[in-house]
Amino acid sequence: MANAKEIKTVLFGPVFANNPIALQVLGICSALAVTTKMDTALVMCFALTFVVAFSNLFISMLRSHIPSSVRIIVQMTIIASLVIVVDQFLKAFAFDLSKQLSVFVGLIITNCIVMGRAEAYAMKNSPGMSFLDGIGNGLGYSVVLLVVAFIRELGGSGSLFGVQIMPLLSEGGWYQPMGFLLIAPSAFIIIGLFIWVLRAYRPEQVEKA
Amino acid sequence: MSSNNDTISKTLIVVVSLCLVCAIVVSTAAVQLRPLQNKNKLLDSQVNILRSVGLIEGKASPQVIAETFSKHVESRLVDLQTGEIVADCDKACAEAFDYRRAMRDPAQSNALDGAADVASIRRVAERAPVYLTYDADRNLKSVVLPVHGYGLWSTMHAFLALEVDGNTIIGLNYYEQGETPGLGAEIENPRWKAQFQGKKLLNEAGELALEVKKPGNASPDSAHEVDGLSGATLTANGVQNTFTFWIGENGFGPFLAKVRQGALNNG
Repeated sequence: MANAKEIKTVLFGPVFANNPIALQVLGICSALAVTTKMDTALVMCFALTFVVAFSNLFISMLRSHIPSSVRIIVQMTIIASLVIVVDQFLKAFAFDLSKQLSVFVGLIITNCIVMGRAEAYAMKNSPGMSFLDGIGNGLGYSVVLLVVAFIRELGGSGSLFGVQIMPLLSEGGWYQPMGFLLIAPSAFIIIGLFIWVLRAYRPEQVEKA
Repeated sequence: MSSNNDTISKTLIVVVSLCLVCAIVVSTAAVQLRPLQNKNKLLDSQVNILRSVGLIEGKASPQVIAETFSKHVESRLVDLQTGEIVADCDKACAEAFDYRRAMRDPAQSNALDGAADVASIRRVAERAPVYLTYDADRNLKSVVLPVHGYGLWSTMHAFLALEVDGNTIIGLNYYEQGETPGLGAEIENPRWKAQFQGKKLLNEAGELALEVKKPGNASPDSAHEVDGLSGATLTANGVQNTFTFWIGENGFGPFLAKVRQGALNNG
């Protein structure tokens, strides 16, 4: 295992310094689809973090045996198996949420973050570090997803985790919900604003023109 | 890093053993968790039936759902062509009936040709489950029919609860669909579904009169009109088609005709 500083970089680097969504702009498909509510976003975060961490772990363990000619398909097999297992568990223990997430759990298989980390990190590093890298990237993904879901659910439905925070006009309260926040384009705009704030704070992330 | 990783034999060994391990993991998870998943599915369909008649609102614990269901609801099978309740199929047999499988199975369903296939569902099962609900004194209160039809993107599944007159709607509960979130998916919105309560399916002449109008055009005094959804015309048309088909002669039409004649009160 590497020293403490390196562990810290691998684990917390992806949260702000090297965020998979904000800097690399990967995996935004699910960030649009599952962020209308906090609870679906949270489950998606757990599912993705689990899959990235363990796919990194297993791929790293096998990395010296994976033939380079079929390495992508080997990675896909491992990732797909993990995703199916996660999906089966959700259907058994969190049926309502898995119904709301519908195909998006299955689509973790094609999430670029998972493939990206497997190919870029796990194929070259030790299992322990790869596992931490997976958790780190899962955290980075989760931060963005939860921020987006927070804004969308609070603004779009006046609630958080399904609990009404701001009573709606239509139900006798005072808050007129912003319906725009419930449709997918709003997530693009929020992610764009997130990237803007992040890059204003960390100018080194701005690409050279 | 060994350099012989790319020989054909090594590649085959790695690929075959990986597939074997993954297959075992995936199938073990699927088989071990299936009983729990089936239980969830059953509870889900029960709670949606109960919601359509208003016996349960919002969320409920699994015990409450199972208890309310067994206390108030009896499942039966209906032969769609004759409209008769299948006599040799009691509650247990009707509950064991797999309707989703029956609609796809060529032996248990009939293909619909173009003109008859109003709701774009391609096949219709020969037998369909219906759910009879009773109040605490065992008086028949309603008949719940499973209906489905194609919207814009997806097949939309709902339970339609009718009063014993076979005409007055108690509730329409869409519970499974893949329409556009925020637009067509609003058919699952309780406020939209609530519009159907108390509407009549048929006019005096016995024809289907229920109409999903353009949003804002439904007259509040009308017994037949409901507002559609703005930005979701095709989904609303799908809802209308679902009614047209299932109330029609290829759907529950024959059964509802018998219900109106009082067939359920005799038994």
